[in-house]
Amino acid sequence: MKEINVSEIIPVVRKLCIDTNYYASEDVVIKIKEFLEKEVSPTGRDILQLILENHKMAAEELMPMCQDTGVAVVFVELGQDVHLVGGDFYEAINEGVRQGYVDGYLRKSIVEDPVIERKNTRDNTPAIIYTDIVPGDSLKITVAAKGGGAENMSEVKMMKAADGIEGVKDFVVDRIKRSGGNPCPPVVVGVGIGGSFEQCALLAKKSLLRPITEKNPDPVWAAVEEEILERINKLGIGPQGLGGRTTALAVSILQMPCHIASMPVAVNVNCHCHRHESVVIE
Amino acid sequence: MANEIHLRTPLKTEDLEKLKVGDKVLLTGKVYTARDAAHKRLVELVEAGKQLPFDIEGAAIYFVGPSPARPGKPIGSAGPTTSYRMDPYSPALLDVGLKAMIGKGPRGPKVIDSMVKNKAVYLASIGGAAVVTAQSVKSCKIIAYEDLGAEAIRELEVEEFPAFVANDTKGNDIFQLGVEKYRR
Repeated sequence: MKEINVSEIIPVVRKLCIDTNYYASEDVVIKIKEFLEKEVSPTGRDILQLILENHKMAAEELMPMCQDTGVAVVFVELGQDVHLVGGDFYEAINEGVRQGYVDGYLRKSIVEDPVIERKNTRDNTPAIIYTDIVPGDSLKITVAAKGGGAENMSEVKMMKAADGIEGVKDFVVDRIKRSGGNPCPPVVVGVGIGGSFEQCALLAKKSLLRPITEKNPDPVWAAVEEEILERINKLGIGPQGLGGRTTALAVSILQMPCHIASMPVAVNVNCHCHRHESVVIE
Repeated sequence: MANEIHLRTPLKTEDLEKLKVGDKVLLTGKVYTARDAAHKRLVELVEAGKQLPFDIEGAAIYFVGPSPARPGKPIGSAGPTTSYRMDPYSPALLDVGLKAMIGKGPRGPKVIDSMVKNKAVYLASIGGAAVVTAQSVKSCKIIAYEDLGAEAIRELEVEEFPAFVANDTKGNDIFQLGVEKYRR
């Protein structure tokens, strides 16, 4: 049994929050450059170049790439041989988020009551935390800074088995078509299939953690992703919805078993900042 | 590249009538920030016949909630938020003199009709290019609703703030025209 003091987690989460907002990840930079080569719309090309310039400027100025620095979605993979000591684990994560968002000059975007008061909590807490227990004695923490504009274009649909794979493809493409310029295209499209009503939404969010330069390990699903991406990029929406061929940078699918009566499908849309960073504590 | 047109606030109808969708504009002068929560309060004031916290005649509103400024800087990152959420409020503000809105993503038919009626425009700035955009902001001060935090109304002094004309005074919509042009 290995002991990890929760106080060690605070600076780790703090840094993850700051870094994911300041520094563009390499896979996103590669993909934007790749699509810039192929973009035929002059405005679209202008915008993609501006996004690349923004990446550089954010890193130099130590400023967040986008003013919407997101809700902190924290994925924890906790080794079953780890014993967490020294206090409340989730409070340590929230303290890390609090320090990251305050010290890093990140925007505080969380309201306490979702409907009536909508009063800002002023420190971007609480984070949204998911914990998986895994074999081993290490602790992996991933912080995804999820912006509101793209999140708002996401959807869960309880489909029928008869809808088949074509139904799934049509739903995902239609969801992006209806989103138009709202989610800050070019987007990354996360898709969760199977599980249950809530599980497929979580799968869709987790699917966004795969590097977008990597294909789905299953060739059947890789082909489905490729086909959906091609169809999305024929919609004409383009960068920021002003017209063009670069509407999505990647489609990423995760699937799992489900009930014989069900075929839940979730689409979780991410903006081109596509922010997430991980650390393993050993 | 599309035409580059310099605009200065307060905006004049005759300058706005010359704009066409797709034109690139560089905006200079005072611009006011407002998101959902501030819009709700502004429209309540209009409906009650009360005075607004800034002069709306010829004004431009930027849909933004900036990140905090580092010491010595006027503003943090300052890109646009999604505009459709302001659709329920915008016509009431256009009716009392608002001339330009800056945001990202398409507007609904009622807002587009109101822009035609009131000879106003909607400008798209680039979502997620928030550090580049912040460079054109020279000063920033909160003038109302400080309790709203990032959503408080700020008066920005901008210089050559870059944006694209998304809806002109004739009812044209770049989000339809652009997509039709590149759809395959």
